[in-house]
Amino acid sequence: MADFILEISHLKKYFKTHNGMLHAVDDVSFSLERGKTLGVVGESGCGKTTLGRTILRLVEPTSGKIFFEGKDITGVSSRSMKRARKEMQIIFQDPFSSLDPRNTIYQTISEPIRANRVMRGKRKIEDRVLELMGTVGLAERFINTYPHELDGGRRQRIGIARALALEPKFIVCDEPVSALDVSIQAQILNLLMDLQAKMGLTYIFITHDLAVVNHLADDIAVMYLGQIVEKAATEELFAHTLHPYTKALLSAIPIPEIMERREHVLIKGEISSPINPPDECRFAKRCPSADAECTSRTPSLREVSPGHLVACCKV
Amino acid sequence: MNKESLSESILEIRDLTVHYEVGQEVIKAVNHLNLSLKKGRTLGLVGETGAGKTTTALAIQKLIMSPPGVIKSGTVDICGNKIMELSVKDLELIRGSVVSMIFQDPMTSLNPVFTVGEQIAESYMIHEGIPKKQAIEKAMKMLETVGIPRNRASEFPHQFSGGMRQRVVIAIALTCNPQLLIADEPTTALDVTIQAQILDLMRKLKEGRGMSMIMITHALGIVADICDEVAVMYAGRIVEKGSLADIFNHTKHPYTEGLFNSLPNIRNRSMRLIPIPGLMPDPAHLPAGCAFAPRCKYAGSDCTAEQPEEHWISDSHMVACAAYGRNGFHIERHEK
Repeated sequence: MADFILEISHLKKYFKTHNGMLHAVDDVSFSLERGKTLGVVGESGCGKTTLGRTILRLVEPTSGKIFFEGKDITGVSSRSMKRARKEMQIIFQDPFSSLDPRNTIYQTISEPIRANRVMRGKRKIEDRVLELMGTVGLAERFINTYPHELDGGRRQRIGIARALALEPKFIVCDEPVSALDVSIQAQILNLLMDLQAKMGLTYIFITHDLAVVNHLADDIAVMYLGQIVEKAATEELFAHTLHPYTKALLSAIPIPEIMERREHVLIKGEISSPINPPDECRFAKRCPSADAECTSRTPSLREVSPGHLVACCKV
Repeated sequence: MNKESLSESILEIRDLTVHYEVGQEVIKAVNHLNLSLKKGRTLGLVGETGAGKTTTALAIQKLIMSPPGVIKSGTVDICGNKIMELSVKDLELIRGSVVSMIFQDPMTSLNPVFTVGEQIAESYMIHEGIPKKQAIEKAMKMLETVGIPRNRASEFPHQFSGGMRQRVVIAIALTCNPQLLIADEPTTALDVTIQAQILDLMRKLKEGRGMSMIMITHALGIVADICDEVAVMYAGRIVEKGSLADIFNHTKHPYTEGLFNSLPNIRNRSMRLIPIPGLMPDPAHLPAGCAFAPRCKYAGSDCTAEQPEEHWISDSHMVACAAYGRNGFHIERHEK
């Protein structure tokens, strides 16, 4: 039997706005195997970041269940949540705003250690911080510097060291390389993959960059307006793309190679409003193959071949 | 169009040097840059943050903010106009009608208190001297050209999405049929499906109008998709330039090699990425020799001593690297 570290069941997160309920995450279910990487891809506003934060209960879910290591963490007190969070961490997108500018590298990396009292004694903590800095490839001389003295790549290494400080089993990586230049991006991606291999970490990797997710994810979930529209093993998703939105997304990836002029599957229009969405396929308005059936109900996510799930009336 | 006018040069940059002087520090943003572009061609200006791409684009139009910016040397010739010698008044006539620019962020490049119709019409009123009513009518036509219904001309920028705003910015840039369009990361702030729409639109407009274009980007995928020629910038210099095939299939500069090898390959996911070690040097403290030498695995003692010379491999392909031509030097690219 597969060993699932995380199971999400009918997770919803709605935000109240002036115009109605904003369905940021709308009935998302999936399981994540230990030691694997699930890539969550989608465009701005599809709910991928909210999904990541809701899983860690950094925002409270509206409804649904989150099982971490078999335990339901949705109802638990903040004290036991604090305990659970030692094992689940997050790396943020923007290494410029996710670090406190008034804290030195030492303070930032040691903060989770001090807050959770997993270690006592300045000496011991400092040794641990230096060890973590070594793990993520930061030279020891930076220990007393401030974030503004460092470049984006090094700052992101600090964010990773901080996430690793409590020896978590599971990390949500929320666009960790989007703010970085390609040469630096490659350094961070290699680091994340090495850490996973060494420590057996499980990742949810949130990104809009399909080339990146293809490179490091075992499975990919494609989100559109709060829902997963397709999920499959990475190779399967690229080889047998089923959902029209995934097809458009894959065909829009700019590939750095000279080739015959590609026929882009251009989709019309733009993402519609996530506020009070009607009961219909949310992609129907932009979909080249949509008909009356698509606007009559919300298609459910169903398995069409082992491990390949798709939510489309036409598949 | 006959063959001769096709090969006509639209842009000539010679020895362009731009510094930003901040207090005691001199930031050497662009250093002795040479570049030319022929009519109807699209050039991809590629490089990472801080390479000097945007400064180059602004300097071409003499739009460098001064202070702190200083154009230290160089000449720029756009369609026979010697930009550096022109008065402010003459420059205003040229910007928009001869050379036009699209900025990265469509959220900040539009004025929030004017309707999009008015913002497009403004260009017509200034350059063609026509009354507002007539200009608005032309603006509506222009909106349709970029794929926006004409009745939206009376709406304000905040009523448009990011992709639509970028279409409006493109409309403004094209009002007076510029010969040269400079697009500074026009799709970086947009989602991939919207990016594909905008690139498709730009390609069609460019082809329909016989315009030349400079596409500033850090994404080699976009370059492959839309450009004919490529210039790779590093620390304010062009380190390699050539046709799309020269750069993509016959890479000669170690930095270009590094850029390609650090990209994930969509066709081969098990391939390990090869990052470029280290960081781009601080443009206020550039090394005496090749700026890439500290990160370069091919670097020898001659690299750090002086600036590498330009080597012309063919009529189109130039590389500025001292290692080129050295015995046994060859670039290692990932297998496709």
